[in-house]
Amino acid sequence: MVPVDVLKKISDVVWEIPVSYKAGMRVPARIYGTEKLIQELDDAVYDQVTNVATLPGITKYALCMPDGHFGYGFPIGGVAAMDVEQGGVISPGGIGFDINCGMRLVTTNLTYDEVKPQIKQLVDKLYERVPAGVGSTGFVKLSRNEFRNVVEQGAQWCVRNGYGWEADLELMEEQGCLEGADAAKISDKAIDRGVHQIGTLGSGNHYLEIQVAKPENIFDREVAQALGINIPNQVVVMFHCGSRGFGHQVATDYLQIFLKVMESKYGIKILDRELACAPFNSPEGQAYFSAMKCGINMSFVNRQVILHRIREVFSQVFKRSAEDLGMHMVYDVAHNTAKLEQHVIDGNKRSLLVHRKGATRAFAPGMADVPERYQTIGQPVIIGGSMETGSYLLVGVPSGEQTFFSTAHGSGRTMSRTKARKTWRGETLQKEMQSRGIYVRSTSYTGLAEEASGAYKDVDRVIEAAEMAGISKRVVRLTPIGNIKG
Amino acid sequence: MPYEFLDDIATADIAFRAWGKDLEELFIASGDAAINIMVENLEAITLNQTRTFNLENDALDLLLFNFLQELVYYKDSELLMLRPQQVNIKENHIQESLIYTLTAVTKGERLDPLRHHQRVDVKAVTLHRFQLKKTNDGWTAMVILDI
Repeated sequence: MVPVDVLKKISDVVWEIPVSYKAGMRVPARIYGTEKLIQELDDAVYDQVTNVATLPGITKYALCMPDGHFGYGFPIGGVAAMDVEQGGVISPGGIGFDINCGMRLVTTNLTYDEVKPQIKQLVDKLYERVPAGVGSTGFVKLSRNEFRNVVEQGAQWCVRNGYGWEADLELMEEQGCLEGADAAKISDKAIDRGVHQIGTLGSGNHYLEIQVAKPENIFDREVAQALGINIPNQVVVMFHCGSRGFGHQVATDYLQIFLKVMESKYGIKILDRELACAPFNSPEGQAYFSAMKCGINMSFVNRQVILHRIREVFSQVFKRSAEDLGMHMVYDVAHNTAKLEQHVIDGNKRSLLVHRKGATRAFAPGMADVPERYQTIGQPVIIGGSMETGSYLLVGVPSGEQTFFSTAHGSGRTMSRTKARKTWRGETLQKEMQSRGIYVRSTSYTGLAEEASGAYKDVDRVIEAAEMAGISKRVVRLTPIGNIKG
Repeated sequence: MPYEFLDDIATADIAFRAWGKDLEELFIASGDAAINIMVENLEAITLNQTRTFNLENDALDLLLFNFLQELVYYKDSELLMLRPQQVNIKENHIQESLIYTLTAVTKGERLDPLRHHQRVDVKAVTLHRFQLKKTNDGWTAMVILDI
């Protein structure tokens, strides 16, 4: 624990650790959260966020969002912007192994009363059609060469091949395809791990959930309407997954490459090997950036194919087309990335590589890259809570400038998986959730127990803190009624 | 079971400590710990397929990292749950430098959701607080796996 006198209170929800705390810190660290959230924080976060503050090129602050917790290298909830013209680095440990792990939200024009009688059938069919769990494989069959093309083309490949609508593309960061993705920078091992996994959920905290927007949980009716939430007790579908084994291998490959050159070639010393990095403007840094973009694209493809399956299932169960059921995407957010962005720092426009690891981009109204239809309301931010409590839809705000327009990504864990599995039983939890109106299926009872809401922070408090700090604004709180746990 | 999962290290990920009287035993224990995170009933894995790993590294701890990573690779690429059977580690002096080489025979089978009780998927081996240490009575390792 950082001694209380070291932690400087900047406001009710912003806390600073000065550069004097640790040798080598180039900037102060700032942690977001109410006093209660700060008290609950894992001790490791203090160590991890101050290690991040030592990385070359870091600008202003090493940041941790209100859902922050124990990570590897960076804390989860970590944000760091590196000035690429001042020797700024790129680090896989600042992105996470699950490159472009993210969230997607889809509306329907159905109400809770219409869906309730079908919930079991819906969840069971989705469980069948969207494979989850350890090492699962999807239905899209591709050769290794075709897969290399897919990771360069992203979600645009999906739409061309009938796995989505043209309108879906404008509702993803980067229209579902990051330019400059180069499959020549990808190892055969990464291809082997990912080629069969398109359209699969994965495991851990990944899930697919059917939710309801109750009228009393709408914080801003006008913005909610603009986002397509406009019927009382409207049913929506939210899901959380990433780039699967493909992205995990890309990060693993480059972690090792960076470890070899970091000190010997670039003279960079780090405090934790998981922070292995290289200057952004170096052959190794650029190679990883191009490879990581393939990981980002794979994740867009994965979520796009899952969306296609969700539309098929709803269409089959309700015997109406997905178009007729109003199954429009609200948005797709990435919460494990590094992106080159322009930000104004002390009055000057700078090119920053913004690492967000378990943190969501939250661009304000009027910013470039916010889809045209959301220009006046800001970028939608999708926050997955625990499977028992609820999730949120937020939007970005102008005061988000303080965090390079970043906010939380979930509710954040407080208890280890190992402890949680000793505390709860999956079978009991499943029954309890069912009695509270949440029908849940999982490939693993232990996995289910590890995701119990008691292992998480209170998502309502986390999102309140993000709003108080002025890094995002609440629009709708969503309540789960059906869940598939990976 | 020469390994334990740790309650207080990592939250969203899983940490284990493994031990053995020599390096070979430690590597076998660490491999089983990693697979045990994905399949709870290790004894249900039939040993009917063999994969042999040949790895080298100039750092001994990174050799363990590579070895665990190889198990994770086969989990996705061939859906194989492999248990290490034999591990041989040698020190090789090549010119002025020291290289460690490993040959491991692993056996297992494809994941079968009906017989194998799944826990959670291992995404990757992290190097955060990664430790391989010689102790008075053998070797011990601490590893955090990304979940």
